[in-house]
Amino acid sequence: MKKILSIIFLFVILPLKVSALIEVDITRGNLNPLPIAVSPLSIDENSKKSFEKILNKKNIGSEISLVVEKNLKISGLFNPLNKDAFLQSPDIANLKPRFEDWNLIKAQALITGKVNFIDNKLRVEFRLWDILAGKEMMALAFTTVPNNWRRVGHIITDKVYERLTGEKGYFDTRIIYVAEEGPKTRRIKKLAIMDQDGANNKFLTLGNELVLTPRFNPTSQMVTYLSYFRNLPRVYLLDIETGMQEVVGDFPGMTFAPRFSPDGKKIIMSFAKDGNSDIYTMDLENRIVEKITNHPSIDTSPSYSPDGKYICFNSDRSGYQQIYIMKKDGSNVKRISFGRGLYGTPVWSPRGDLIAFTKLHKGKFYIGVMRTDGSGERLLTENFYQEAPSWSPNGRVLIFYRETKTDDKGEGFSAKLWSIDLTGYNERQVNTPTDASDPSWSSLLSN
Amino acid sequence: MNRSIIVSSVLHLILIMITALSLPFLTKKPIDLPPIVSVELIQISDKTNIPFAPKAKKIIEKIKEKEKKLVSEQAPPKKVKKVKPDSVPMPDDKLKKVEKIKEDKQNPEKIDNEIKQVSEFEKKELFDPNNIAALIDKSKIESAETINKTDKITQDQQKNIDISGLTLSEEDALKAQIFGCWSIPLGLPYNEDLLVRIKLQLNPDGTVSQSEILDHARMNKPGQGFYKVLAESALRAVKLCQPLRVPTTGYEKWKELQLNFDAREMLEG
Repeated sequence: MKKILSIIFLFVILPLKVSALIEVDITRGNLNPLPIAVSPLSIDENSKKSFEKILNKKNIGSEISLVVEKNLKISGLFNPLNKDAFLQSPDIANLKPRFEDWNLIKAQALITGKVNFIDNKLRVEFRLWDILAGKEMMALAFTTVPNNWRRVGHIITDKVYERLTGEKGYFDTRIIYVAEEGPKTRRIKKLAIMDQDGANNKFLTLGNELVLTPRFNPTSQMVTYLSYFRNLPRVYLLDIETGMQEVVGDFPGMTFAPRFSPDGKKIIMSFAKDGNSDIYTMDLENRIVEKITNHPSIDTSPSYSPDGKYICFNSDRSGYQQIYIMKKDGSNVKRISFGRGLYGTPVWSPRGDLIAFTKLHKGKFYIGVMRTDGSGERLLTENFYQEAPSWSPNGRVLIFYRETKTDDKGEGFSAKLWSIDLTGYNERQVNTPTDASDPSWSSLLSN
Repeated sequence: MNRSIIVSSVLHLILIMITALSLPFLTKKPIDLPPIVSVELIQISDKTNIPFAPKAKKIIEKIKEKEKKLVSEQAPPKKVKKVKPDSVPMPDDKLKKVEKIKEDKQNPEKIDNEIKQVSEFEKKELFDPNNIAALIDKSKIESAETINKTDKITQDQQKNIDISGLTLSEEDALKAQIFGCWSIPLGLPYNEDLLVRIKLQLNPDGTVSQSEILDHARMNKPGQGFYKVLAESALRAVKLCQPLRVPTTGYEKWKELQLNFDAREMLEG
């Protein structure tokens, strides 16, 4: 009997134990920037000379790769490696990278490419390589007019970013803002636009009239902003592509922060009527104005959720300025901010999961985010004065403006644009030729 | 002969008589039982629950609160519901919770006290005089730790040895190595299924001879682009980590290894 049992044990139990596959759960990883090598795009001599004549750039291939490299670096998610360490020349790397060489310098991904001058146009090919797997991850080609070379760099970055992080990029975008000049008491404010990296800055108005709160249409290159004409606030629509501008309407009393609905068909804003500030929407097709809130308190800064079903806004109906959300028809108003201090300028993330806000507490200003039910409040940055956050189209980065204190002589005041990502660590100043405030991020140009 | 029998019988009878008369239980009087007294049972806790001194009461309440918190902390992690993109959580459900958080923030002193109190208790619990010998004797460190740990952990350890073939320390070493190599793609949608299972064939030196993504078909499914990004990042981590920190013995046990890369915990943050 014992023998039989032993045989059963040997033939049944033991094999089960041996064949059991060891499983190990990996639930953590690192958030360090990914080491990436951006090889200069290779270019033949003829193309190089042609582009030099047109664009006055010695090597357009290197210039485009510099745009890509800078974009990747400011995202905070990538660590572009020093080009001096590269062992392979750009033209050979583009054909077939020697993965061992790139592995040696600890690169995990590699971008190579080629630039050609064909029919007076710029043709750019690029490839993304997985160094560790030793394979090509992506290969694309773009053809455009030579002057668009910076945009090609931004589009390449967007593609690489999406391929390696899993979400859309935000590099082929523009930022509209209010450019400010002159002493603090007599500021000249102009509307200005630039690429997200600060290049191609343009002023859109002359500065004769005060302009405030420009906001991009999420679906097109249309902008709405507020301007004072003969001391009366007017809401304008401006088409960036054509330069066409139109007045949406004159509104009595103080008008604030017009903003588009997600489908771009309405604008939502607040204005004071009969001494009471409420939220209104205007249909851009028929210009019908509809009152959304009806409360004796001050309701301002409305912003739609990306699905257009809800609106967040700030109100002092509880005694202090706090953030509320409601349905798009104004029903079901709920307060969502309950922390200490005052909360304002709520802006719904394009991803729909978070609401960015400005908070004033104990004399300091914070830019923060919270979930749409008010939980998970996180303050990303603190300063003397900062406000007006605006989301990048992928909902990962916020741009806002920050002012500095004036000294005893009334000098030293400045206003600059800053960006910070959701981790709260990657905070950077966005370079502008003048002082700047009230930024608004466009959607992707190359949708 | 007859005479001696008679004498013996008489003497035995005398002996039996003396014994019988001298035994105490035979002479004991019956016990007088006292009459039964009926007793009414009444609830007196309401009257005898004398309030503690205010300070003592506070301390007890804090301890009770802390115990509740500890229980909630040890509860199994809540399953995350898949949120539809068009649904927005309203504050109704979590209003009470938010108010509670606010209260905590507004009473930092209270929280400080609680933390101090707990840490003292913890110290007492951790210090076990019976383990002094084990602590002194370094060869017994592991057994001392086992005594301190709960039964559940001990079972887990046993399970790991039996089923996975790796001890906790071997598994931890491998995990720690891969944690350092895995760059998690930060843009992944955290409300999706973010689990990638990779089966590895290992060489005795820990290098990978073959790797296979178990849900490979999912990589090319429409709408699952994020899965491909995640799977590739996991493969990069494995390749970057080579050779893996595997035990020096028992190659047959770990020559095949399955790594389950799960990014949800990190991305939900």
